[in-house]
Amino acid sequence: MMDNPTHALIVENLGKRYGKMEVLKGIGITVAPGERVALLGHNGAGKSTLIKLILGLTHPSSGRISVAGHAPGSTAARTATAYLPEQVAFHKSLTGREQLTLFARLAGEHPKTVMPLLDRVGLGPAAQQRIGTWSKGMRQRLGLAQALLGHRHVALLDEPTSGLDPMSRHDLYAIIDEMAANGTAVLIASHALTELEARTDRIAIMRRGELVADDTLARLSARAALPTRIRLTAREGAADHVQAQLGGTRVNGCSVDLQCTTDQKMAQLSRISGLGEVVRDVEMAPPSLEDLYRHYCGEGM
Amino acid sequence: MITRILAIAAAEFRTVRRNRWVFTATLMMVLFALALTFAGSAPTGVLGVDLLTVSVASMTTLAVYLAPFLALMIAFDAIAGEVERGTLGLVLTYPLSRGEMLLGKFLAHLTALAIAITVGLGAAGLASALSGGASADSLFALTRLIATAILLGACFLALGYAASALSGSAAGAAGLAVGLWLVFVVLYDLGLLGAVVFDNGGSFTKSVFPWLLAANPADAFRLWNVAGSEQVALVSGMAGAGAGLPIWAAPLSLLLWPVLALLMARLAFARVEP
Ligand SMILES: Nc1ncnc2c1ncn2[C@@H]1O[C@H](COP(=O)(O)OP(=O)(O)O)[C@@H](O)[C@H]1O
Ligand SMILES: [Mg+2]
Repeated sequence: MMDNPTHALIVENLGKRYGKMEVLKGIGITVAPGERVALLGHNGAGKSTLIKLILGLTHPSSGRISVAGHAPGSTAARTATAYLPEQVAFHKSLTGREQLTLFARLAGEHPKTVMPLLDRVGLGPAAQQRIGTWSKGMRQRLGLAQALLGHRHVALLDEPTSGLDPMSRHDLYAIIDEMAANGTAVLIASHALTELEARTDRIAIMRRGELVADDTLARLSARAALPTRIRLTAREGAADHVQAQLGGTRVNGCSVDLQCTTDQKMAQLSRISGLGEVVRDVEMAPPSLEDLYRHYCGEGM
Repeated sequence: MITRILAIAAAEFRTVRRNRWVFTATLMMVLFALALTFAGSAPTGVLGVDLLTVSVASMTTLAVYLAPFLALMIAFDAIAGEVERGTLGLVLTYPLSRGEMLLGKFLAHLTALAIAITVGLGAAGLASALSGGASADSLFALTRLIATAILLGACFLALGYAASALSGSAAGAAGLAVGLWLVFVVLYDLGLLGAVVFDNGGSFTKSVFPWLLAANPADAFRLWNVAGSEQVALVSGMAGAGAGLPIWAAPLSLLLWPVLALLMARLAFARVEP
């Protein structure tokens, strides 16, 4: 199978059924070398299933996948692919170093690459301890370390932030950026849109087995046209007056919530300042990542 | 390919060593073999053979039960356990074929089993040789017993992998392993015995029965050890059973079984989705 070298990963019209249940419907997505794509969707949307199909761990009911120009599950495709599973598990009785050495041998890498990698993910001091004694976060880091073995064309990270503390998340950004800088196509599955996913080049969104969006964050925000929220705090007893003037909804005694689109923002603000003394404070919240996620993944679409 | 098989084997052997499987299995073999050897030391004088010969005969019976048991105990978890703990998916995304993975595990488990069998049967053999004498013949019988017991173990390791791949859970695989042990080691013989009694010396007993006996790896193991030594046959009272068979039948069966069972396990493993 020969494919366009500008794409490390190609998924075309992919369908997957388990019995009668259609888990994936006509999924099409491509990832170029060096590109970072976040794959978002609620639990059960089909993200992990898509990743398992790309890995060749399970087989599609319809459609086509090409991994660095090879069929999924072939030796060449597996050599080219790094994978961080959603529930990462290892042999409990092996030490971190022994487990990673096993993976290095399987990947055809020299065992001397193992210690630097363990240091890279901050596991150097724990390398000689059995994995059975480790915390979930440490196992997650080991999972990340094995995904960094050798040079891979495609990296599939399934919920890579689960179990990581904020500091480790920060390291994770750096590692993902490094992978991409080395030309690896990175696909990150996640059930939320957070800082990490927002830092990717593109965001693909799945809902109940279908791809409902695939674009940059900026364009997704523009298309969603989500309102900015404004919260006014009125002087004592003046909340009713403010609501009568501007509309919106009353919250806890002296506050009023308003919504407006981006282009109405300035007009709304001048009306607020026109009320003068009765408004004691104004807070503005532009649409958050969470709002955006809810907009595309919510059931109300 | 060899690197990957050896990498799996090394990790797997570490695991069975660290979870004390090697130690426990060896201890069991040593204790049972010693107990049987010295409990069964009575008939030496009557039959005019050395103690090692008697010991080999009783250890043959022991190994028929214990070698398959130990092999199944170590093998049932090999695939189902990894699926259950979630370790299989990641390993299979590496450029490692399922056949290589199976062979790596087989190599490690067979080594562990060989240690337990060699130390166990060897220690008891040595003890009886020291206390009751040995001959070139009985030493050879002991060597053959150890080698064939390892082969018997190999066969049940592979059967255990097949059971492990076929069942959805480790608990299911354990149940299936117990079932396999019962069928091959106990029920098969009972069934044959019933058929022989029913046949009452007819053509079944003469022409079919010996072949059916050789077809079961556990019985092939017994036949090979008994047919190999007149003295062992004398002590174990099993001389007649394999009389109608060509000399190669039992060895062929015992050598073929591990290969066929491994192929079976490989086919069953192919259908496992981690
Ligand atoms: N092996 C399987 N057999 C049957 N259904 C499955 C299997 N794996 C996943 N599913 C179903 O497919 C759907 C998508 O699951 P998954 O891909 O894990 O979602 P996500 O990773 O987006 O949370 C779920 O409804 C799940 O129950
Ligand atoms: Mg998932």
